[in-house]
Amino acid sequence: MQFDSFSDFLHMGGYGFYVWLSYGVGFVLLLLLVLISKTQHNSVKQQIAKRQQREAKLRQAAEQHKQENKISTDKVSTEASS
Amino acid sequence: MWKWLHPYANPEKSYHFTGKLLPWFNYLALIFLTVGLTWALLFAPPDYQQGESFRIFYLHVPASILSMGIYLGMAIAALSSLVWQLKLADASAAALAPVGAVFTAIALFTGAAWGKPMWGTWWVWDARITSELILLFLYLGVIALHNAFEDKNLAGKAAGILALVGAINLPIIHYSVEWWNTLHQGATVSKFGKPAMAAEMYWPFLICFFGFSFLVAAIASVRFRTEILARNSVRPWVKALVLAKEDK
Repeated sequence: MQFDSFSDFLHMGGYGFYVWLSYGVGFVLLLLLVLISKTQHNSVKQQIAKRQQREAKLRQAAEQHKQENKISTDKVSTEASS
Repeated sequence: MWKWLHPYANPEKSYHFTGKLLPWFNYLALIFLTVGLTWALLFAPPDYQQGESFRIFYLHVPASILSMGIYLGMAIAALSSLVWQLKLADASAAALAPVGAVFTAIALFTGAAWGKPMWGTWWVWDARITSELILLFLYLGVIALHNAFEDKNLAGKAAGILALVGAINLPIIHYSVEWWNTLHQGATVSKFGKPAMAAEMYWPFLICFFGFSFLVAAIASVRFRTEILARNSVRPWVKALVLAKEDK
């Protein structure tokens, strides 16, 4: 151990401001990078999931529409033939 | 070699492979950085000339070396993407750029905060410092180009060409302290030959360096996986993966 006390450690032989400024800014920048990278990863996943749900809904609606059309055309054709 | 590499050129396999590596990178970074920084800040001896301000060395030098190492990796990835049209190489180049930019910013900032007490100034337009600042601008340009086009292939091509042209800056940074008379001191540690420093300083430096390297690997893996997902969002395996949500 190079320091006698905690305040001695913080003081860094008179260079405390520069040493802790360096490590502080380094820590904050790296922390931001980690957090942003993780948030982006999750948001890309959420976007893909959302788009997928929308597509599924559209497909469902299209299917329903087709079926309804089919029923109505069937009705029309049966009425016409009778 | 190509046969062995081939499965890893598959986006799905690379996604899962880097997912398996990620926790290891996390643990190794945590262990190495805890040990290395504790050693560097508490137990390493002060420099006989620079006193305790020398402790900035253990952040400044790893960040500086990595800022160049990451650029080299990004340039190689950009080259393989342009020559062999490997989409994964393009994804890794895009993943590396922001990591490199942050490490360059840390190298520049810690350099300034170390220069103030030692040289009496925060900044000088010295060859080493100016070329490192250009490196930061190159990174920012690459990031901007990656985001400038809706079409990821086009964006990758433009950013890749800038990354390759900018690689000329790497030897300039490296040899700047030898080619020009600069305020910045010469290399203390190098891959070749014995380090020009005491073992009590060299070991904590080496451990810190490996710690930061593992941190780079961890962050780059996360970003690489994000890039893979974004580029393959219509593939069935991505849809299944997003729906299952097992992978957090």
